[in-house]
Amino acid sequence: MACAAGLALVLAPLAWIVESTVQRAVAGWRWGIFVHASTGTGGGLANALAGTAAITAGVVVLAGTAGVGTGVFLAEVARPGRLASIVRLGAELLSGVPSIVFGYCGYLALVVGLHWGFSLLAAVLVLALLVVPYVAKSTELALGQVPLAYREGGEALGMRPGHLLRRVVLPSALPGILTGLLVAVAISVGETAPLLYTAGYSNAYPSGALVHAQVGYLTYAAYAFYDEPGAAARALSADAAVLLLALVVLAITASRLVVRRAQRYAPDASPTGRAGAPTRRRSPSRAGGDVGGDQ
Amino acid sequence: MSGTLAVVPLGALAAMLAILVAEAVPAIRYNGWRFFTSSAWNPGNAYAPVVRAPVPHPPGARYGAWPLIAGTLESSAIALAVALPVALGAAILVVEKLPRRAGAAIGWCLETLAGVPSAVIGLWGVLVFGPFLAAHVYPALQHVPDVPVLGVLRGSFNPAGQGLLTGGLVLAAMIVPIIAATTRDLLRQVPVAAKEGAVALGMTDAEAFRAVQARWIRTGVIGAAALGLGRALGETIAIALVSGSSFGLATSLYGSMTTIAATIVTQLDSAQADPSGLAVRTLAEAALVLFAITLAVNVAARLLTRRAGRGLALPVGAVA
Repeated sequence: MACAAGLALVLAPLAWIVESTVQRAVAGWRWGIFVHASTGTGGGLANALAGTAAITAGVVVLAGTAGVGTGVFLAEVARPGRLASIVRLGAELLSGVPSIVFGYCGYLALVVGLHWGFSLLAAVLVLALLVVPYVAKSTELALGQVPLAYREGGEALGMRPGHLLRRVVLPSALPGILTGLLVAVAISVGETAPLLYTAGYSNAYPSGALVHAQVGYLTYAAYAFYDEPGAAARALSADAAVLLLALVVLAITASRLVVRRAQRYAPDASPTGRAGAPTRRRSPSRAGGDVGGDQ
Repeated sequence: MSGTLAVVPLGALAAMLAILVAEAVPAIRYNGWRFFTSSAWNPGNAYAPVVRAPVPHPPGARYGAWPLIAGTLESSAIALAVALPVALGAAILVVEKLPRRAGAAIGWCLETLAGVPSAVIGLWGVLVFGPFLAAHVYPALQHVPDVPVLGVLRGSFNPAGQGLLTGGLVLAAMIVPIIAATTRDLLRQVPVAAKEGAVALGMTDAEAFRAVQARWIRTGVIGAAALGLGRALGETIAIALVSGSSFGLATSLYGSMTTIAATIVTQLDSAQADPSGLAVRTLAEAALVLFAITLAVNVAARLLTRRAGRGLALPVGAVA
């Protein structure tokens, strides 16, 4: 049937990409890439991995703060109305902006405008802005799924709204927030275009300097080394590609596991937290069609 | 405090717009409407003294971005044309026919494909997919008769397979997960009672689909397609690797071309060599054009998907 052909055409590229990436990397694989830095014509990927780790850590901190704050604002603080929908629209439009535009604006404003040069801070700022909408959306969703009973119980005990938010609501929404952060990790690990013009590239390990020091990152090795004349550099590109694939698959699987874990232990709540959310109900086979997708 | 943080998304959007406009204004004044119609991308003589009026520029600088815009639109159009039927077919199969466990596994595959870094997909395109197409598929397509519609499939291609069609196909692979996942979620929200009513009237599966699901998800699918189109328009690295990076219009379906995003990525290094700064400003103008196009497509997508959600929220079909 035509639909089966469609499904095959959806799954085939993934299988092909994974198979060819792994095969190209396995051909010249050396475990030494984890301990040596790149030298421009060969070497290893240790500096690129360290750079990606530093950038991702910074992105999680910044985007986590801004994204969770935005999500809390949309779900808890703002009254449903024009202000909330404007903020939400802004976040959605931000998520649709091409990553090269982020990178170019970061280049114009931070690298050149503020004279930071290619730097870790510029890269972290640009990537954090890129992923804030995803963190905000998953935070808003997670907060909306906290059962009303929790909030009412807290209020009945006399908790102030801020106290209630910090002690009861946010901790129970944590799995959903964590999912959003893992998606942010997956995105920032895989981005190339914004980093090309904010982080530059360096064969050295990240020195801890926030500005005026270029930083290496994994996607540069994959993108730029693939057509180098030396075979060692080309092998590095293949290795970087397979490492990127592994990291992204890890992040996505982790986010799915977090969701599944949370659903196992959380009471089954309707998405709007309406009163009457039942006690724990396991429904492995939901009757009829279910509204809203599962995993 | 969350209110202060909530300013970040909108503030970032406004700030990026302001930065691009501020940087691009001199280039807009210099390039004029020629920017959208001309095909010449000439940075001018960087060794000659910079001419001051009307805007500092190297003598002989003429920028025309029509091939860039055309390349962006063409490659995204091919991507959408290929990805839409494939994604819809897959989503329909997953929701209507396959058991729930298979649906979860395929959902994982879709998420993974959506998350694969564009550099990895670009490498696959330039090192594996492109050569495969150039070796096995494109030569076979040359045997198509030289008639008006099918004849577009005839053309010369390079052995690495880089060009418009390969770029479009790689972009299609990237946007299929978005469209498929959104359509799958839309199909899952079709109320059971409507489907059961169709079955009760004696319709076959296909007739029921056409009468119930298709009408229910129509607007939402258009929104999903627009989302995918927005993604394809903004894709940079994968298309930069696969497109062949030529500044002219693609002469045939297999011809080398470039897109706005790919040009910005590949040209910034050489643009910095322009002492007057006009090249960097022109790239900012190109980025502004790309920003405007993707913003328009995304606004249209959000409007369409929102209307789908609102208009179809009937109380019928609540799960018992």
